[in-house]
Amino acid sequence: MSRRTIIPFGPQHPVLPEPIHLDLVMEDEKVVEAIPSIGFIHRGLEKMAEKKDFQEMAYIAERICGICSFIHSMGYCQAIEAVLRLEIPRRAEFLRVIWGEMSRIHSHLLWLGLTADAFGFESLFMHTWRLREKLLDLIEETSGGRVIFGVCKVGGVRRDVDAEALDRLLAALADLEADCREIAAVFARDASVQRRLSGIGVLPKEEALRLGAVGPTLRGSGVPSDSRRLGYAAYDALDWAPVTEEAGDCRARCLVRMREIAQSFDLIRQAVAKIPEGPVSAKVVGAPRGEYFARLEQPRGEVVYYVKGNGTKHLERFRVRTPTFANLPPLLKILQGCELPDVPIIVLTIDPCISCAER
Amino acid sequence: MMIETQPLEPLDRAALPARVAALAKEGWRLVQICCSCRDAYEVTYSFDREGRFLNLRIGFSKEDPALPSITESYFGAFAYENEMQDLFGLRLDGLKLNFHGNFYRLAKKNPFLDPPAAGSPGASPAASPSAPSAEGAPRAAPDPRPT
Repeated sequence: MSRRTIIPFGPQHPVLPEPIHLDLVMEDEKVVEAIPSIGFIHRGLEKMAEKKDFQEMAYIAERICGICSFIHSMGYCQAIEAVLRLEIPRRAEFLRVIWGEMSRIHSHLLWLGLTADAFGFESLFMHTWRLREKLLDLIEETSGGRVIFGVCKVGGVRRDVDAEALDRLLAALADLEADCREIAAVFARDASVQRRLSGIGVLPKEEALRLGAVGPTLRGSGVPSDSRRLGYAAYDALDWAPVTEEAGDCRARCLVRMREIAQSFDLIRQAVAKIPEGPVSAKVVGAPRGEYFARLEQPRGEVVYYVKGNGTKHLERFRVRTPTFANLPPLLKILQGCELPDVPIIVLTIDPCISCAER
Repeated sequence: MMIETQPLEPLDRAALPARVAALAKEGWRLVQICCSCRDAYEVTYSFDREGRFLNLRIGFSKEDPALPSITESYFGAFAYENEMQDLFGLRLDGLKLNFHGNFYRLAKKNPFLDPPAAGSPGASPAASPSAPSAEGAPRAAPDPRPT
């Protein structure tokens, strides 16, 4: 047996925008075991719910993460609305879907850019982020915010988007979709990208399920699991199916995200075509008493919002299980047996969001 | 408005490992573990199989903050169990990847356990070799390497 050494990876590393540390137990160039260490920026936001008004918490929930911000506030609001048995207007549910899918495109474009940067394809990185910038402009035009949307509230949404703005949105998204098809072809067919991603970090289907993987990490291993199938918000009115890839490697996870971008454009088109007229918020009466687990699909995977209320304006318990937290054990599995130079790209392909994990 | 059916199955602590092993065998995916603590501990284990959602709930006194680990059946549970250990001062018996209270770098021991239970790791800072020297003050970095 070769001599074993431990190489520290992170918390500061060129591919890591946020701090996570791994102790890589090595035999020559091969990783035998990876031991994670997180908790560098744990904020305790869950505890804050015990001191904040349950309606104000929607804005704090949105600040759990700067990428999937809108879906965080949406998940929190859905959980509270379920406990209150509060029926929100159908138009608000469609608007939530439109903003949720714009968040997904923005998050996936951000990830694709970071990945291109990690394997040294600088022009692809800049091109991807240029497209993301266009989408952020559209998010700003419809919601008023670029990173923190601030539109979701308990009972619906804070602002409406009129028919003219929705038409402008569709026209702009059509241009953006054409641009995204160009970069999709590069990610799918470019020889250097394929060599860097294919056959690396393989997560078999059974392991993915056993270790609790979620999102593109799970779907890249061939499991058609997507919380949007539960039919929350207006997803029950839209025609779609989860995107899956069978290979389970880094390329499969990349292709799932690439195809999900195309799917999100389609979902937005469907939502705009079917959105009904009407109010966008309902009056909130009383305070939550009871408990509920709301499950939603963030760009990185399933997120679980648990709220427990005791009839006062302060929640008794608020808990968020973020997708990165669930994808940590599968990451340790896929790192086993890989070569040291592949570690950064494998870590990136679970799209780690430490801000979410350290809520 | 979509409200998911969420069955809740009360369970005794001692019966947990066997029940969880049976769920693992049936192909259920571990979704999350949630701990809460007011007058007593309440730990909820959530599972999913093809969209079906199932919860197991265990309640026990603050005087006896111990739980059997389920990492034998679901290795991925180590993250949730270390989190409960750090935030709520629970002791997880049989935890396969144990950070011994150093999974999170916290300024305060067991911050979600308020007030700390008698006998829990958070009750007395002196009980742990990696405890902070004083709240807010710099402390010696503990060895985060688990066993």
